[in-house]
Amino acid sequence: MAGSGSGPALETIQADGTDGNCVTFVLHDEDHTLGNSLRYMVMKNPDVEFCGYCITHPSESKINFRIQTRGALPAVEPFRKGLNDLMGVCQHVLNTFERSMKEFRAQKEEEMQ
Amino acid sequence: MAARRATDEMRDRVVLGEFGVRNVHTTDFPGNYPGYDDAWDQRRFEEAFRVDVIREEEDTLEFDMVGIDAAIANAFRRILLAEVPTMAVEKVFVYNNTSIVQDEILAHRLGLIPIRADPRLFEYRNQGDQEGTEIDTLQFQLKIKCKRNPQAAKESSDPDELYFNHKVYSKHMTWVPLGNQTDLFPDADFRPVHDDILIALLRPGQEIDVLMHCVKGIGKDHAKFSPVATASYRLLPDITLLQPIEDEAAETLQKCFSPGVIEVQNINGKKVARVANARLDTFSREVFRHEGLKNLVRLARVRNHYIFSVESTGILPPDVLVSEAIKILMGKCQRFLNELDSVAME
Repeated sequence: MAGSGSGPALETIQADGTDGNCVTFVLHDEDHTLGNSLRYMVMKNPDVEFCGYCITHPSESKINFRIQTRGALPAVEPFRKGLNDLMGVCQHVLNTFERSMKEFRAQKEEEMQ
Repeated sequence: MAARRATDEMRDRVVLGEFGVRNVHTTDFPGNYPGYDDAWDQRRFEEAFRVDVIREEEDTLEFDMVGIDAAIANAFRRILLAEVPTMAVEKVFVYNNTSIVQDEILAHRLGLIPIRADPRLFEYRNQGDQEGTEIDTLQFQLKIKCKRNPQAAKESSDPDELYFNHKVYSKHMTWVPLGNQTDLFPDADFRPVHDDILIALLRPGQEIDVLMHCVKGIGKDHAKFSPVATASYRLLPDITLLQPIEDEAAETLQKCFSPGVIEVQNINGKKVARVANARLDTFSREVFRHEGLKNLVRLARVRNHYIFSVESTGILPPDVLVSEAIKILMGKCQRFLNELDSVAME
């Protein structure tokens, strides 16, 4: 049921020998909804060399989200920036949508009178 | 110049060819196209983004979202279908069911009835809680008995005349307040959205006496919790005539598309075809079946223009559903940002 979640929602896996610029994040209780939209936002970051996600098995609701950065930037940075950018997009979409609904209804009111 | 136009087409349009669709995937990421700056820029996004509401009826909403990518538009659609919570019947306590409808079938049907209760007023039930509290449960009762009508005519065979209460409708479900719910919701009128949903049929002597618990849930768990009849989007069609099309060919072209898309005008005595309103087209691709026309038309879709259609089941108005869906996506991001911050603290 919604609201259940035992254990951490986010894990990170880092291969040996690398120094933090290629990391796989395991996001629990997520699917394409967040995976694809977050992938798009992270790919828009010019510091990111590689970004992809996959659903390890359809019976388990978790995704492996991998980020590799150019240079020595730690991979957590584009991940955090992607989440913040996605929040910003959603906030702007929400404001624009509510404003458009208000204008549409006001216009309909005018036409009725 | 032509090369620039070709790249612009690759970036902005999804082209429908005769045997396949080209340029499906989003490619405007930084580094893919020399000379284009594709890095994420919130200000550029805000300038180009707009929402146009086309039509709003009681339970349907049609609106356009322009300037956003498929990944995010699809995320909204997925959330509308599966992650916006509603209240629906989850547990049915059967005290008496002598009808011909089996207990489990009756319970299944009751679960699918949309309940007019704002889910934002309720909490999710705690896992493992069998009883339910007044903040997470709505109780309904369905108690109905079918009797023979003594006043019915001897020869009548119309069940409406012969029996009382032989059809069990959703309007027979009554709200039974739990605990302090009468104080918490003084003007609330919790009932099914539609009064005329036929639940079961009875004959004299049969009765149904059940108590139902409604809980808050999401469509991912069970489709009965989905708040939309359906939510879908399509991309804005873009039809270009590569050469002027005249006379007979113009008439044939008009018939190849949905009505209202192609307009045949009379210019200097000749009939000339013109694209009047590409939005109405449903892309049957009939034009590719005509040898003479198939190379003169380019069928494409505008990659970042989404025509959303949201049809609510009546629990919440469709614009509230869209706002809630956007807030849920923000909630998901916030959850992972909090996780990152808590890990960073350690």
